[in-house]
Amino acid sequence: MESTLDIFVKAIFSENMIFAYFLGMCSYLAVSKTVKTAVGLGAAVIFVLVVTVPVNYLLENYLLKEGALSWLDPNSETLANMDLSFLAFIMFIAVVASIVQLVEMLVEKFAPALYGALGIFLPLIAVNCSILGGALFMQERQYSTILDATAFSLGSGIGWFIAIVAIAAIREKIRYSNVPAPLRGLGITFIITGLMGIAFMSFMGIKYGKDEAPKQTAVVQTIDKTQP
Amino acid sequence: MSDLAQNQKADREPLFSKKNKKLVTDPLTDNNPVTIQVLGICSALAITVQVKQGVVMGLAVIFVVALGNFIISALRNLIPSRIRIIVQLVVVASLVIIVDQLLAAFMPDVSEQLSVFVGLIITNCIIMGRFEAFAMANKPWPSFLDGIGNGLGYAGLLVLVAVFRELFGSGTLYGFPIFGDYITGSGLYSMGYVNNNLMILPPMALIIVGIIIWVQRSRNKSLQEEH
Repeated sequence: MESTLDIFVKAIFSENMIFAYFLGMCSYLAVSKTVKTAVGLGAAVIFVLVVTVPVNYLLENYLLKEGALSWLDPNSETLANMDLSFLAFIMFIAVVASIVQLVEMLVEKFAPALYGALGIFLPLIAVNCSILGGALFMQERQYSTILDATAFSLGSGIGWFIAIVAIAAIREKIRYSNVPAPLRGLGITFIITGLMGIAFMSFMGIKYGKDEAPKQTAVVQTIDKTQP
Repeated sequence: MSDLAQNQKADREPLFSKKNKKLVTDPLTDNNPVTIQVLGICSALAITVQVKQGVVMGLAVIFVVALGNFIISALRNLIPSRIRIIVQLVVVASLVIIVDQLLAAFMPDVSEQLSVFVGLIITNCIIMGRFEAFAMANKPWPSFLDGIGNGLGYAGLLVLVAVFRELFGSGTLYGFPIFGDYITGSGLYSMGYVNNNLMILPPMALIIVGIIIWVQRSRNKSLQEEH
């Protein structure tokens, strides 16, 4: 069983939204020309992911999954056999679109400074693949608690943030390099992202969960040696 | 009255007029949605490991973008502009649910491999992009053709990338062995040829698309960017 921390670290590095699944590539390519805007969009993505994935988790587990409706009436057979998961897409996207609208209004009302920073990016996010992707991965992987699902969403948000800020920094520098004319702009960005993806693949070597037990005993032993 | 009727008749162009044909053929090359408009990369690249997945995904997107364009264009005068994104999302989501259910019923193995990426057609930027840029301002029939054209442009690129990745990554095409049998070591493998496992990994898809863009832009200089 994976711990919550495993899920979090995995979502940032070895299952990075951009480098492993290419989710949210459209805005990633369009808004990564300067670091400043990249930071804004990245922060907005983290924010919306952390809000929407837990909501979708609740919907999935108490409304859509097979037998999820049985909390209404534990004795009812029809409710226990009800499987509404084919509605998942339309529910998830409706939740994402409406929460984005809601968040936009709330942020505008209560945190004008934040709105100034995120404002123009929020509407873009409703159609960012990484948000719906987060919800769909959450559904596919069937996290056992809402805490795990939140850790996953925070992790993938941070992973996305790291990716877009890194490529924006590289693109700012590469403006001064002599790139072959046909590759300028889009082409070189694709190739750099591919190379960054190869670098991020080395994180796949991280071992999760299984190694914990022996490591802990080793630490205890060293502490025991140093104490007397 | 009869004048008006005649005028209308004159306005109506044949179903496959030159303009309409252009709508279909343009996105295939010089206005390709993936390499030129930079749309729809999100769900595209992860499923180009095998040609079969690419073909199925391409067909699914053609279906969704063509029908979605048609529906949105038919509704374009009824949709209030403030909530248009939600309306568009609902239309796409319904079409994608149809695709997903059909795939799960008739091609369960492919459906399993595509996993979440069928659902991600909803947020495929090509679809929203075409709705916004074309269907909201044009009549249903041209919108339908525009959808077919852009879907084909997307599917074409997908299959092209998938051909490279499957051929060099697994030595097969659409599941059929091309370079001989890897396990028994026949064909090219008997001479010491080895599959390039890097091709199967996700980053190679990006690099292949980068190279395709390179080739396309060096052939057509007008597409090149300043920086």
